[in-house]
Amino acid sequence: MYNIVIVGVGGQGTLLASKILGQLAMNNGYDVRVSEVHGMSQRGGSVVTYVRISNDQPLYSSIVEQGQADIVLAFENLEALRALPYLKADGTMVVNTQEILPMPVITGSTKYPEDCLSRVEANANTIKINAVDIAHECGTYRAANVVLMGVCAKMLPFAEDEWHKAIEQCVKPKFLEINISAFDRGYAYK
Amino acid sequence: MKKLLLGNEAIARGAYEAGVRVSSAYPGTPSTEINENVATYPEIYSEWAPNEKVAVEVALGAAVSGARSLACMKHVGLNVAADPFFTATYTGVNAGMVVVVADDPGMHSSQNEQDTRMLARASHAPILDPSNSQECKDFLKLAYDISEKYDTPVILRLTTRIAHARTLVELEDRIELPLREYNRDIKKFVSMPANMIGRHLYVEEREARLANDANKLSINKIEWADRTVGVITSGAAYNYVKEAMPNASVLKLGLAYPMPRKLIEEFANAVDTLYVIEDMEPFYEDAIKSWGIKCSGKELTGVQGELFARKIAAKFQGAEEAGPMNTQGIPARPPVLCPGCPHRGLYHILGKLKLTVCSDIGCYTLGALPPLSGVDTCVCMGASIGMAHGMEKARGAMQAKKTVAVLGDSTFCHSGLTGLLNMAYNRSVGTVIVADNSITGMTGHQNNPANGYDIHGEPTTALDIVKLCEAMGINNVRVVDPFDLKELEKVVREETERDELSVIISRRPCALIVKQPGVPFVCDSEKCRNCGLCMKIGCPAIRKIETGVAVDPTQCVGCGLCAQLCHFGALNPEA
Repeated sequence: MYNIVIVGVGGQGTLLASKILGQLAMNNGYDVRVSEVHGMSQRGGSVVTYVRISNDQPLYSSIVEQGQADIVLAFENLEALRALPYLKADGTMVVNTQEILPMPVITGSTKYPEDCLSRVEANANTIKINAVDIAHECGTYRAANVVLMGVCAKMLPFAEDEWHKAIEQCVKPKFLEINISAFDRGYAYK
Repeated sequence: MKKLLLGNEAIARGAYEAGVRVSSAYPGTPSTEINENVATYPEIYSEWAPNEKVAVEVALGAAVSGARSLACMKHVGLNVAADPFFTATYTGVNAGMVVVVADDPGMHSSQNEQDTRMLARASHAPILDPSNSQECKDFLKLAYDISEKYDTPVILRLTTRIAHARTLVELEDRIELPLREYNRDIKKFVSMPANMIGRHLYVEEREARLANDANKLSINKIEWADRTVGVITSGAAYNYVKEAMPNASVLKLGLAYPMPRKLIEEFANAVDTLYVIEDMEPFYEDAIKSWGIKCSGKELTGVQGELFARKIAAKFQGAEEAGPMNTQGIPARPPVLCPGCPHRGLYHILGKLKLTVCSDIGCYTLGALPPLSGVDTCVCMGASIGMAHGMEKARGAMQAKKTVAVLGDSTFCHSGLTGLLNMAYNRSVGTVIVADNSITGMTGHQNNPANGYDIHGEPTTALDIVKLCEAMGINNVRVVDPFDLKELEKVVREETERDELSVIISRRPCALIVKQPGVPFVCDSEKCRNCGLCMKIGCPAIRKIETGVAVDPTQCVGCGLCAQLCHFGALNPEA
């Protein structure tokens, strides 16, 4: 069983990431629970998506709670810090090193913590990646979510071509090539 | 074949498989995706209704005339639809009718935490409570059978974690049902007192019959395990109970009302300690206690917010409490108006003029958050207009000159028309602003009666709001572009000062539906004096840097509001 938490800022494409993961797990005979967030928080707020996949024990809840996540996939530095409590002691944080300022920071009522990433690294196994730049090189910064999928792939028991298949099932044909190359770049990331 | 479906997608699939012919809904989180997905099945006629009351009436008409029908809404939508619904349970149906109502415990995207089970009981409607997407589909199909067998509309209740969770679903074929015969039946379908007295007696008899049959209903089931602890639960709470208390015996109520008393008594007698674990109100617990059965639940969990497995393990098993997430020193990230949002300029001007703002339900409610902080009230769909009018009548015409009602185009169609008619009829001198962004925004961009497109995106008749206002006898109707701050300010000033009722239509499409965004702006640091004026509109694309401000080119859509605020010409479109 794997518990994965995907966090980011509304509009960053976290829902596509959870869709690909869910599709992949289902294709490989796993039971799946995905919990998504729609509505108000999609307007630039913090968003959290939970993905639970299992081929060894029954799943009921679609929620991953504190201390239960094997992997946290963070699309933004501050959201990585916020999501730290989800991780198991031996869990891994994958973080796209991007800063998106929340409104209280923009208005000056509070500061963006400068030590965001170092606090994350001090508390968890952390893989940092500038997925936006890599995605941009592949054709669009919007594919950053799929670059992160590539990084995540090495921690999960599915073959590379199974990932390709799941991506193909989840993205529009005209964006497939860009997404596959974004995934491969993430997969090759060290 | 299995597919990974959202609860809402599974409901749509269930409607397809159950042979539903007509579906009507108004969007509302967390229910919106149901009808969006129903619309992908050409076998079902689907539509966006202007509000939930209309949707339920459409579904009732379809069912009475012999077709299986569906209406979908969020929990507060059933309040709007309560009028037809509470009598539809008396008239009954012909073909099956189901109303899917999605509750939002924890208020992820809602104004309250009302529990639809209470409305089901109040209206004497059966209500089903599924725990995953497969059950969403199975329960919906069963709901049609119950509707037809017991001659009543049925509610299927979702909660956010069921509606918006993806789980595996086994797909089946559609059953093609012929239209049932329609015959005039005055005693049943004409709700005059003499007729409805008889129907009320029928409702009582039917409810007792269903309550008795519920003891044997397949979806009310006992999962025996260790009998020292027994739990009665349903819906999302069932999932958390199974994870938190794997050894407990569980009575899962698929039919939440009417409740199977005999089955519950049998279960209660067979376990040493009985817990009732349910989301929201103590609906089961109160009923079970009223039967003299000892149990506990809500005194341990409380009513507000969602239940989760760890909370249940802590409260009922003595496990360590997880406590709230440590967010010390981590700035919150509330939702914001998008870059290029047409509501931003509007709220900037309303704030500048220091007006009292009775706002409404939609993206523009976000104008309440800093730095705009420009909303006084927001209660329910359409309340902006009624409340602004109430303020005027309570405090006099001077109040009207300092007050505006603000609501979106979709909300105006939903519940604004009657409020505005009331203002016209009762000689208001107030000002109503329709923030017309040509879409239902917050729920994820659904078409509505004012934008000229139907649920499939096909062109249709568009409500002409200007002509509508004129027809109501309103003499002052102005249309203004909220990207033109100067003109907008002038119009708002003139219309609030006027001694007559005015309507301002602030018209500009939602930034997210504009296919070709404009050229991003850049800040010329030579010209920038670092005054911070451009930061006052709370645009997420602008940030302060040492030399002044920087505009994020990946977020900026070139609306130019910031440039209109800058006195030094520092902000200009990228060359």
